Amino acid sequence: MARIVGGIFTSHVPLIGKALANPKLQQEPYWKPFFDGYRGAHEWLDRVKPDAVVMFYNDHGLNFFLDKLPTFAIGAADEYRNADEGWGLTPFPPTPGDPRLSRHLIESLVNEEFDLTTCQEMLVDHAFVIPLHLLWPGVGGRAVKTVPICINTVQHPLPTPRRCYRLGQAVGRAVASYDEDVKVLVIGSGGLSHQLDGERAGFINKQFDLECMDKLVNDPEALTRYSNIELVELAGTQGVELLMWIAARGALGDGAQEVHRNYHIPISNTAAGLMVFEPRAAGMQAAA
Amino acid sequence: MMRHPSIPGTIIFDTEEGRKGYALNRMCFSFNSAENRAEFLEDEEAYCKKFGLTPEQMQAVKERNVLKLLEAGGNVYYLAKFAGIFGLNMQDIGAQQTGMSVEEFKQKLLSARN
Repeated sequence: MARIVGGIFTSHVPLIGKALANPKLQQEPYWKPFFDGYRGAHEWLDRVKPDAVVMFYNDHGLNFFLDKLPTFAIGAADEYRNADEGWGLTPFPPTPGDPRLSRHLIESLVNEEFDLTTCQEMLVDHAFVIPLHLLWPGVGGRAVKTVPICINTVQHPLPTPRRCYRLGQAVGRAVASYDEDVKVLVIGSGGLSHQLDGERAGFINKQFDLECMDKLVNDPEALTRYSNIELVELAGTQGVELLMWIAARGALGDGAQEVHRNYHIPISNTAAGLMVFEPRAAGMQAAA
Repeated sequence: MMRHPSIPGTIIFDTEEGRKGYALNRMCFSFNSAENRAEFLEDEEAYCKKFGLTPEQMQAVKERNVLKLLEAGGNVYYLAKFAGIFGLNMQDIGAQQTGMSVEEFKQKLLSARN
């Protein structure tokens, strides 16, 4: 049977793509504290060796537009292509999908009354590809098979933190009932605090970010009591990407343990965060 | 209708803003394609008209004024594609919106470390 072997929550700022394409940059003072933070994640991945990734991320207007904007969407494709997001950057190579796991997740989630939009074709933007390339340098998503789950952060109302947490919990149950012997890593891609737009642009809230990281370890349910407007106030308009971390934390179940973290201000206009989690040790896993 | 609690210097992009900014955002979404970016640069006004921008939106595009673009219903994710055409990065945009120099804006970001 499949099992979730861990969770990694990471920021995904487009500018990181530039430093990924030029490893020399990663040694410069601007980038070094950020990239050094990933060593702990690399060591953990070398040890745990997941086979598949389920990633909660948000599309920034590559695949979805306001004409048809799903609240939750899930990929069901053989592979996911990256493409020009408007800045003329070279796209990352395609990422392999896991259509069988996708199908199982879709069946299981919809039966649990999470009505996701299913996508047989889906372009994936920087929010999906950058975490994979940060975690497997030079290899990216080709290291694993993937299932993308996209959460709307473009247009309010966004799904509530509580709903995202519950979606994550349902993903955890779905993986546990999957009949293939695969080790699944859950990724939450986004955050932490940042605001790109308005007179409040450049807003970063270190204290709130650090509180969130602690809450994700000790009391994730506490984060589900915020409204999204409260999250905008505390974390900035794009800080609501915390929803991805909350969903991923839901999938890890009760008693997940923190293995590693990093926090660095700023990458571009964003407070960058990284956390690595392991689920409660086998045998101690509470019934879902 | 429900109103959002007001957060200074912040527009909550909801379905009402989505409706107001639809033509502008639709145009900016089209800039995912290099071909469309080239067509825009060739004749900005014609390109804006093709997407049915309002006079207010067209003026904001002409001025490259991010606050006015937001006021006209623009969404920052799509506007980022517009800004990219002129080689503006997020610090340039941040500086423009806050009335700071780019250097001052970068210092503001750094000061969040404390």
